[in-house]
Amino acid sequence: MAKPEVTRQESNAARIDASEAVAEFQPHRTGLAYRLQHALHMNPALVPMIVLLLSILLFGALLGSKFFSPFALTLILQQVQIVGIVAAAQSLIILTAGIDLSVGAIMVISSVVMGQFTFRYGIPAPVSILAGLMCGMFCGWVSGMLVSKVKLPPFIVTLGMWQIVLAANFLYSANETIRAQDIETHAPLLQLFGEKFNIGGAVFTVGVVFMVALVLVLTYALRHTAWGRHVYAVGDDKEAAALSGVKTDRVIISVYMLSGLICAFAGWALIGRIGSVSPTAGQLTNIESITAVVIGGISLFGGRGSILGSLFGALIVGVFTLGLRLLGADAQWTYLLIGVLIIGAVAVDQWIRKVSV
Amino acid sequence: MQAQAPILQAKNLVKRYGRVTAIDHCDFELYPGEILAVIGDNGAGKSSLIKALSGAITPDEGEVYLDDQRVKFSSPLDAREQGIETVYQQLAMSPALSIADNMFMGREIRKPGIMGKWFRQLDRPAMERLAREKLSELGLMTIQNIRQAIETLSGGQRQGVAVARAAAFGSKVIILDEPTAALGVKESRRVLDLILEVRSRGIPIVLISHNMPHVFEVADRIHIHRLGKRLCVIRPEDCTMNDAVALMTGAKDPSQLAEAS
Repeated sequence: MAKPEVTRQESNAARIDASEAVAEFQPHRTGLAYRLQHALHMNPALVPMIVLLLSILLFGALLGSKFFSPFALTLILQQVQIVGIVAAAQSLIILTAGIDLSVGAIMVISSVVMGQFTFRYGIPAPVSILAGLMCGMFCGWVSGMLVSKVKLPPFIVTLGMWQIVLAANFLYSANETIRAQDIETHAPLLQLFGEKFNIGGAVFTVGVVFMVALVLVLTYALRHTAWGRHVYAVGDDKEAAALSGVKTDRVIISVYMLSGLICAFAGWALIGRIGSVSPTAGQLTNIESITAVVIGGISLFGGRGSILGSLFGALIVGVFTLGLRLLGADAQWTYLLIGVLIIGAVAVDQWIRKVSV
Repeated sequence: MQAQAPILQAKNLVKRYGRVTAIDHCDFELYPGEILAVIGDNGAGKSSLIKALSGAITPDEGEVYLDDQRVKFSSPLDAREQGIETVYQQLAMSPALSIADNMFMGREIRKPGIMGKWFRQLDRPAMERLAREKLSELGLMTIQNIRQAIETLSGGQRQGVAVARAAAFGSKVIILDEPTAALGVKESRRVLDLILEVRSRGIPIVLISHNMPHVFEVADRIHIHRLGKRLCVIRPEDCTMNDAVALMTGAKDPSQLAEAS
């Protein structure tokens, strides 16, 4: 053992030299751009929040009190509530580096189940609602199993589920709409989320309150529970998460089930919003939810972003939609600007990622 | 050292992938308190052997003993529960999450009381304090911000965090897979010191490496792996690096070495 002892003593000497030099942690670059990049890295919801505030100020300046009133601002909240709720579900999936194209279809079939169970079979409304929520969760479970256990790409799984669920929806409902008056007289509970209350000119609905509460609860869960950290870890690098001891399949299934459940709640809120149960409602919700998530700064590659950002993303779309309509602009301008925002948001995401270089 | 019973032992391990035999009736012993290096040519089956010991693959035949108890790992989690920690070459970290989050990934600490039990809130202060303690124990205290995302660290720092994580939780054995492969000279130095530091705490280490100078510097014994099995075990003081390479590549036979020395 004589020889290694010598080398070890040498290495001790080398260690003293090296210890100061290598593992130190000093920010090498300072300056505004770097600090901004770092701040955005830590709080990815900052960009959409700033964009949201600026767009509210911009339209407020252009339109004055017509836009800048409690009524108009809360109208935006009401208009985005469905997309906002679905975007929360979509965010969870996208955080795991997936994508869910079936969110809109799950939402609609859940609302149809709630309506048809009540009116076709005469089941009490609370039980029907529970059945609708279970239906949404079941759809999520199927996708989750296919993604985690069968290891199919989420895009393909949910593209298939979209068609399957939508077709099942039309077959089951026989393309029948349940009229708003019928719901109002026989099962007002189905319209619960449309219930309005007024606070000093500001009009809120139960759906709006639910949307905000949901986002806050999910923010807490993602940031302060082990489950939330695992969702990020799985989205960041699934293999690495598995090797660190995260039960990745279980996390993915739980995320898809929760997302399905949230979509079912969105279905319930949809009844409140449009009054009736219609199997043809919400056809654009898929793409609108993905838009909100992307503008909200959640990375499509997974593991980065915050759910608060998606809410801001949905609100930004709502502000542009209402603001441009009040300005009397062609609706196409809204789509054009949203397109610009999507590309801009992804460009910012790429820039934030460079913080590691 | 040899008089002691091995802490981790494998007998007659076999693993086949279709027609390829990755592990061919291989034996393996790790004794308490030692650094055992595993060297071998590319494709010799080092990684498969290590994966069989760490639970990442299940061998087709053969037995693994930990502390003289027969163990069967069906996943890395099983091995971890038994006190075997592995630092993989790809490090198994989530780049966007913080150092503390990564160190406790999969075994988070929850707050005591209602917040932890009902709201399942993480005890961040405790996790950060423990993470900082573990890092400074191993002389990595120059990492100041425990909330820093892993991706903002240099390669050596990441390796340091990974080794610290293994040392913090590995109660019996730590397996390091090519820990210096992607590092520069200075950072490698730092990681080697870290390995010696861990051994001085009495935890035995299995070190897989291609780097002969590193192996000869830190290892107590060297397990030479060739064609899916253990060719021989040598002591670094008994032979030269050239001998080791010759044995590894088949240019020399273990019996020839015995004659030479």
